[in-house]
Amino acid sequence: MAEMKEISPNAPAGARLLNWVDNRFPLSQLYNDHLGQYYAPKNLNFFYVFGALSILVLAIQIITGIFLVMHYKPDAALAFGSVEYIMRDVPWGWLIRYMHSTGASAFFIVVYMHMFRGLIYGSYRKPRELVWVFGCAIFLCLMAEAFMGYLLPWGQMSYWGAQVIVNLFAAVPFVGPDLALLIRGDYVVGDATLNRFFAFHVIAVPLVLLGLVAAHIIALHEVGSNNPDGVEIKATKGADGNPLDGIPFHPYYTVHDIFAASMFFMVFTAIIFFAPELGGYFLEYNNFIPADPLKTPLHIAPVWYFTPYYSMLRAITDEMMLVLIACIWGGALVAVFRGKLAVLFKIMILGAAVVVTAMMLSTDAKFWGVVVMGGAVVILFFLPWLDYSAVKSIRYRPSWHLYVYAIFVVNFIVLSYLGIQPPSAIGERISQVGTLYYFGFFLLMPWWSSMGDPKPVPSRVNFAPH
Amino acid sequence: MKKLVASFTLFFACAGAALAAGGGIAWDKAPDKSNDLLALQHGAKLFVNYCLNCHSAAYMRFNRLKDIGLTEQQIKDNLLFTTDKVGETMKATLDPRQAKDWFGGNPPDLTLIARSRSAAGQGSGADYVYTYLRTFYPDPSKATGWNNLAFPNVGMPHVLWELQGQRVPEYTPVQQHGHEVEVFKGWKQVTPGTMSPAEYDAAMGDLVGYLSWMADPSQGTRVRVGVWVLLFLLVFTFFAWRLSAAYWKDVK
Repeated sequence: MAEMKEISPNAPAGARLLNWVDNRFPLSQLYNDHLGQYYAPKNLNFFYVFGALSILVLAIQIITGIFLVMHYKPDAALAFGSVEYIMRDVPWGWLIRYMHSTGASAFFIVVYMHMFRGLIYGSYRKPRELVWVFGCAIFLCLMAEAFMGYLLPWGQMSYWGAQVIVNLFAAVPFVGPDLALLIRGDYVVGDATLNRFFAFHVIAVPLVLLGLVAAHIIALHEVGSNNPDGVEIKATKGADGNPLDGIPFHPYYTVHDIFAASMFFMVFTAIIFFAPELGGYFLEYNNFIPADPLKTPLHIAPVWYFTPYYSMLRAITDEMMLVLIACIWGGALVAVFRGKLAVLFKIMILGAAVVVTAMMLSTDAKFWGVVVMGGAVVILFFLPWLDYSAVKSIRYRPSWHLYVYAIFVVNFIVLSYLGIQPPSAIGERISQVGTLYYFGFFLLMPWWSSMGDPKPVPSRVNFAPH
Repeated sequence: MKKLVASFTLFFACAGAALAAGGGIAWDKAPDKSNDLLALQHGAKLFVNYCLNCHSAAYMRFNRLKDIGLTEQQIKDNLLFTTDKVGETMKATLDPRQAKDWFGGNPPDLTLIARSRSAAGQGSGADYVYTYLRTFYPDPSKATGWNNLAFPNVGMPHVLWELQGQRVPEYTPVQQHGHEVEVFKGWKQVTPGTMSPAEYDAAMGDLVGYLSWMADPSQGTRVRVGVWVLLFLLVFTFFAWRLSAAYWKDVK
């Protein structure tokens, strides 16, 4: 506990008020720790604006969400009509609704960019593992939030998309059907489902999300931001104890982020005002038809931000299972013949391979599709412990690493594209190769990331005054 | 590399073509009437007279028609057939049970038809409705005596046949993949309608224009406001850029 600080009674009223508050609440300290005296590397580039932009979009979603809830009715008989009521009869309701629907897609765009930045500059490496883990948990929450929010307009795609995804849980062995029943609260997606998704969407998940965002930022400000060079700026401090390559977040990065935010708003508002459906990607056309449990749409596609995972789900066919089993045995045999491990451990590995193979052969491929889809997100959590490269940033990695990352990005985009399209034979093959690459990228990272000769890392960051 | 690009292009082209073949003929482009208030009003009149008997527009209020330049009195005098309150939504007079008997199903709500029928690669919902309303032909094998090229085996009769008259589609045989298939060539007018084909197309353009407006009535405001918002943001961005640059110019 800090000492009570006295201040001259002749000081200006503002200073006296601040002193009064500071003696009771660490206001100045919080301000300095997180803004005024928070030193961020001065060489942060374009990719570093997406963290601030995600907070901006989060704020937009919460504020517009509050106003939508004032007019929305979570009732299967009224939900669709209440959204149309917002669009037509509530003053400026259309603007609030389009902001919220465009905001959902914008959230994923900025978060994907933010994650990509972390990936290429090694922002998840020691000591920032927890920053990354909290971030992945935020991403998971965001997916839950988006999925449950999408049911609320109660259109055809809302309904059938939820139906398809909830049915996936039914593929879990033994408890599956009961689990699906628990999620739906009914034997089909219905009023009970709508009500519980509403509860989760407007309060439960946002609460967790806000807590995680706080944890993400507290952890970040504890260890300090990484930068495109992957150099620890805290290693070189000036006489005043502040990093020589650092710069106070406020005002330097606040003015920088205001500029970035206004650029973001230009794109965001252009979509809201001129193309709110964005060609059916942000608002699916079928979702302008009220949910009809008796009429299944010809083609059910998730919204674009889920499609890479949906592609991976669809890629897991009976044929693909054989490939996966071959991969498991390949891995197990390499470990047994090449690994320097105790004999007992090798026997355990072979035993595990036999058990997993037996499980894979005895359960439906659909279940493993669900495992793969979930695994594609869960695997992100382990990234800090998979990367064995001697350097953090892509800038100082061996040049060919760049291609590994480039293919990863292209692969992710191709998987997204295929997830939007109706199933096709060639699409299935491509998404199977894509799935193998996606998982290979992570699971083989301990080997490929340590291969090749890294370039020398400078002791100070590269910075060109501008 | 070139081969790779070529094969990719071919793949996406095939995928697109496969999508487009979702039943029914290719859609004609509907004229854009979003800024033509007279056309929208004419469309509203056609809608209320010909569509609203069977189809509802349950999310659309009559008094919202003020947005396309009608006064409350004009709406009351000319368009209120199904209700006497101008603040009511547009509900059909048809009894759903009778509809089931007559057409095999309840006619769909039309409030959002011009949005919901859009399809990537095929056209907008307006294009679909514009094509649909102009491709009815007599077909004695159907219960209503009518069929449609854009919506094969549709349950709806040609309500506007008096305006358009009766037409039959003509086909030519074409060789495709070694098979002989019939390809739609054009129309033959069998009996004249009260409108010429050009007048009928124009009327349908107005009706579809109205349906597009009704599907998204904020569209006009949206675009008008959007221009100002973007102009403001352009100016704001300029100052934000200069502010940022002013702070950063001393950072060495």
